[in-house]
Amino acid sequence: MSNQAIHVPTMAEFAARGEMPEILFWVGCAGSFDDRAKKITKAIVRILNHVGVQFAVLGTEETCTGDPAKRAGHEFLFQMQASTNIQVLNGYGVKKIVTGCPHCYNTLKNEYPELGGDYEVIHHTQLVQQLLDAGKLTVQGGAFKGKKITYHDPCYLGRANDVYEAPREVIQKLDVELAEMKRSRANGFCCGAGGAQMFKEAEKGDKEVNVERSEEALALKPDVIAVGCPFCMTMMTDGVKHFNQEDTTKVMDVAELIAQANDL
Amino acid sequence: MAYIDNILFALLFAAGIYWFAQSLGKLRRNILLGRDLDLTDNKPMRWRTMIRVALGQSKMVTRPTAAIMHIFVYVGFIIINIELLEIVIDGIFGTHRVLSFLGPLYTFLIATFEVLALLVLIGCVVFLVRRNIIKLKRFVSKDLDGWPRSDANYILITEILLMSAFLFMNAADRQLQVMGYSHYHEMSSAAFPISQWLIPIYGDASPEALIMVERFCWWFHIAGILAFMNYLPYSKHLHILFAFPNTFYSNLKAKGGFSNPENVQNEVKAMMDPSFTPPAPPEGQIQRFGAKDVTDLSWKQLMDAYTCTECGRCTSACPANNTGKLLSPRKIMMATRDRLEEVGANIDSNKGSFVEDGKPLLGTYITPEELWACTSCNACVQECPVNIDPLSIIIDLRRYMVMEESAAPAELNMMLTNLENNGAPWQFSPSDRLNWANEE
Repeated sequence: MSNQAIHVPTMAEFAARGEMPEILFWVGCAGSFDDRAKKITKAIVRILNHVGVQFAVLGTEETCTGDPAKRAGHEFLFQMQASTNIQVLNGYGVKKIVTGCPHCYNTLKNEYPELGGDYEVIHHTQLVQQLLDAGKLTVQGGAFKGKKITYHDPCYLGRANDVYEAPREVIQKLDVELAEMKRSRANGFCCGAGGAQMFKEAEKGDKEVNVERSEEALALKPDVIAVGCPFCMTMMTDGVKHFNQEDTTKVMDVAELIAQANDL
Repeated sequence: MAYIDNILFALLFAAGIYWFAQSLGKLRRNILLGRDLDLTDNKPMRWRTMIRVALGQSKMVTRPTAAIMHIFVYVGFIIINIELLEIVIDGIFGTHRVLSFLGPLYTFLIATFEVLALLVLIGCVVFLVRRNIIKLKRFVSKDLDGWPRSDANYILITEILLMSAFLFMNAADRQLQVMGYSHYHEMSSAAFPISQWLIPIYGDASPEALIMVERFCWWFHIAGILAFMNYLPYSKHLHILFAFPNTFYSNLKAKGGFSNPENVQNEVKAMMDPSFTPPAPPEGQIQRFGAKDVTDLSWKQLMDAYTCTECGRCTSACPANNTGKLLSPRKIMMATRDRLEEVGANIDSNKGSFVEDGKPLLGTYITPEELWACTSCNACVQECPVNIDPLSIIIDLRRYMVMEESAAPAELNMMLTNLENNGAPWQFSPSDRLNWANEE
């Protein structure tokens, strides 16, 4: 995958020209600041550029959706964040949003409407699936052909929003063996990061949640554990390292799989 | 003295219904101690959800053994209770098998009840074995220590006794019919596919002894049903009634969307627009952010607590519980019900108003350690066969800890501070948000 700088248009630039992009790409805090997640962000951008989808980001006008505050119980802070974001989004007249993170996706889609922010929101795996279905994007297996991949359902994409098939259909386009863990789809087992756990040590117990989940995934001896969430990415990567399996099993976002298979 | 049986029966029956109605009234009163929540939208979808989830048991099937046994007990319970109609008429008017004039239909009904009674018996025995001999993990958990574990066994044993009484009654009746004894009219032998195998137990018992057995079983059956009904309000078995309204009032929205409490919306609005004055809380309620006690929860959350039958599927799917943390979503529901019962008893003994007892749900019944272990993954919500939402209670209690007590764990406070100052949960400058686009 190439790593050179890529042009990323902002909403402000579009607005200055009096134009409106097809879709707003909501990058999210992890996608903007976390070193590993930034690679996922770039993969998404490369796919969008490759297909020629006219998109923009908010750039420095973007701020946290408030998801971690809300899950931690700080409703004030959440609603303050929401109100700031809704002002910006409505100011630009945004209609459609794609997110790089299931938490942003869930919050924008399910919690903003009641507060005055009504948008069509999709997760990036859904966008990729739509592009594949419409024939705008094609993939050959490329580097992944014949490889064994297992997909870990992010709670906030799966159970929280019943999106189970889009990421799987995308992965299957890569001519790979999609191996399912025993706990998958509606029975998927959390990576341990949700509910603001990402930002704190776990409570006292006898095992870390991400270790339990990574153990389950590694039992399938996959070449790749595919994820669709930057927090799952962190937790599963740490889990794989815990078992010293990082040389044999990679943890990759679905967007990275597609970008890499297409040499983007 | 001829009518003493009839009068006794009528009194017993009326008392059973009366006490039960009293209990239901109290349950209703307790549930309405919760905060208002409008769940009257989209009725067609609500009916469909109730029919699918409660009547159709659609969420039971994920665990096949339990699902099959539960269907036996559930269908048996509903169908055999049709027999109650005849029992009540016979009891009040002193008739015997008053509906037997239905002929072949009656034969079919009684035969069906007998087969179902056997299936209920099998189901209950399997359930007892799973709980007490195989000791499935979710049934030996410390959540159930004490009364809850006994409660479960009492229910199963009672059902076994009731079904046995029904079958032994039919067997004695059949034997009396064959003997041509007084008003025991001969019915088709096809009506007794199960109880016919019990007849040999009676050997050459006299008609008088058989009548004793038949009458004893008849009284035991009906008195047992009335007693069982009145036991429900004190038992986890209440789910047989509450599963229906509870699924009707299910959350129909995406599980990931949490509520946006209105009082917070008003405060935020007032902050943004100084001319806006937040409305005062409803009469008799104090302004509170999040929930400290059961009366801060919504009536639906309280109904959830009464509906819980303590099956433990939520806890067995909970990632925190699975990795040895203190959190158990089942225990959250049990604690909520226990506290609600305590609040109800407090109101009863204080002439209709609650006297502060210093034992709120948060802290006394549920500890912060449990609440902070939750990953909000919705596995418990997904698992619940009757659409209970333990997660919403966990979040409401967290809201109280954070907004009213500023009692979040230190690391979360750091995250919240970052979010407030930088618009991100980590300490990065907002002006660096687009740097990724220019990085190699």
